[in-house]
Amino acid sequence: MTWTPDDTWIAATGALCALACSLPGCFLVLRKMSMMGDAISHAVLPGLAIAFLVTGDRASLPMFLGAAATGVLTAVFTQWITRFGNIDQGAAMGIVFTTLFALGLILIVQAADHVDLDPGCVLYGAIEFITFDTISLGPLEIPRAALVNGGALLLNLIVIAALYKELRLGSFDPGLADTLGFSSGLLHYLLMTLVAVTTVAAFESVGSIIVIAMMIVPPAAALLLTRRLLPMLLLSSAIAGGSAVLGHWAALVLPPMLGFERTNTSGMIAFTAGLLFTLAWIFSPTEGLLKRHTAASGPPGDPA
Amino acid sequence: MAHEHPPDCPLSVHDLTVAYQRKPVIWDVDLNIPEGKLVGIVGPNGAGKSTLLKACLDLIPKTSGWVHIYGQPYRTNRHLVGYVPQRESVDWDFPVSALDVVAMGTYRRLGWFRPVGKTEKSLAMEALEKVGIAHLSGRQISQLSGGQQQRVFLARALAQEARVYFMDEPFAAVDAATEQAIVTLLQELRDSGRTCLVVHHDLATVPQYFDWLIFLNLRVVASGPTAEVFTEDNLRKTYGGKLSLLDHAAEAIRRS
Repeated sequence: MTWTPDDTWIAATGALCALACSLPGCFLVLRKMSMMGDAISHAVLPGLAIAFLVTGDRASLPMFLGAAATGVLTAVFTQWITRFGNIDQGAAMGIVFTTLFALGLILIVQAADHVDLDPGCVLYGAIEFITFDTISLGPLEIPRAALVNGGALLLNLIVIAALYKELRLGSFDPGLADTLGFSSGLLHYLLMTLVAVTTVAAFESVGSIIVIAMMIVPPAAALLLTRRLLPMLLLSSAIAGGSAVLGHWAALVLPPMLGFERTNTSGMIAFTAGLLFTLAWIFSPTEGLLKRHTAASGPPGDPA
Repeated sequence: MAHEHPPDCPLSVHDLTVAYQRKPVIWDVDLNIPEGKLVGIVGPNGAGKSTLLKACLDLIPKTSGWVHIYGQPYRTNRHLVGYVPQRESVDWDFPVSALDVVAMGTYRRLGWFRPVGKTEKSLAMEALEKVGIAHLSGRQISQLSGGQQQRVFLARALAQEARVYFMDEPFAAVDAATEQAIVTLLQELRDSGRTCLVVHHDLATVPQYFDWLIFLNLRVVASGPTAEVFTEDNLRKTYGGKLSLLDHAAEAIRRS
């Protein structure tokens, strides 16, 4: 195996994207709406298509805004259907994102003569080719994908650091949040905006499979290893970043060993996250499979 | 009519109706609650007790009528109000410690963006001491018993440093020691001039715990000092034909 500077950029971009996704993902998992990342990553398609049809070119900014707007709309529609249709949130999410995704497909076929929005590329992305599209910053040639995902990560870090206590309160007890004057609706849509922006940033550069995996798998694994929010965010970030680096490395090493020519880095990164989750599941100090076999008693609890 | 709702009342409710999907859940509720009372809200399941609390706290929309806290709408006077929701309303597996949850009571004073600091943590610790579980402050909340979880919720309300408290079934499924601790706490709050409105289910303990009662079943059947309104007549009007319950209550009346 030869690890080139390009590989460093690919792994770094994967890690930036994984970190950016796993941070809002922790709050999604805690709010029991993990599939929102999946829903939004599909639902942004009509936003991309409409932005293209309106502006007529693939300039990034209008596409980005169009997609992010549809992402947030997914959350709005889901909320409406849940509240007024008396339908559970999972089903409402499914209705909204499949409808929007289908609309996106129809629009893309309409526009197919003019645009190369390849549905396959949308799904597992083209992280291997990010070094062909770079932006010069002084002496450095930085892949555009690294900057976009780094930007999303920075945005998530700033918002979560600034509103840590508000997001925690809104996720744990939205009723109390409202009575204290912290609108739980506002916090919900703020989180949904972060998810949408992160999804679009990642989707455009590295494909949606990393988004879907990184919003759920590292937070869920972290929750098996700790019972505190801050350690959960940190562990989840470590697992996400680790998956990206290990995943790309495995994508280089494994195929020659198994006699294949090449494999897909995005897929390998997501798969690695799944493996790390399995390890967390086996070795978790509280819920782990090993723990269950070795100790018959549950966690300590004093009688009142 | 000018004195119908005195402005210094901790809670005055005027012609309040709340409806879910056009079906009224509480109807034409009119209340004046005097300061420094332990107020029990009693009524059968589905009588609208939680709905009344939530409507007072602006958590659900009112169909008509208004609610004033010390003469002002809730929005203006939310700093005077503490809230203890039903224990089942939150996910106790959430990764926070008992202290983290209690500190949430201080968030309104902190406001947006300012993080929890030493002052808030020591306030939360004091509140935990008052409910007798300071030694469990670092424990993740799923590792607390039901009674301890309820104490955490009460401590959080104490940390709000309010003048009027709304509590939704604080006695539900708690052990005897916790029940006693909560009663003592409520009495201390009352003695320091606070007003507590408590949704309560056990009719047998009603006359013993509360000095003011609201009988609710869609409408307010009766509201007033316990000595005056805790009568078989009001119980029958509130609970209708649920006789076994009434026997239970009749016994409580005899004992009181």
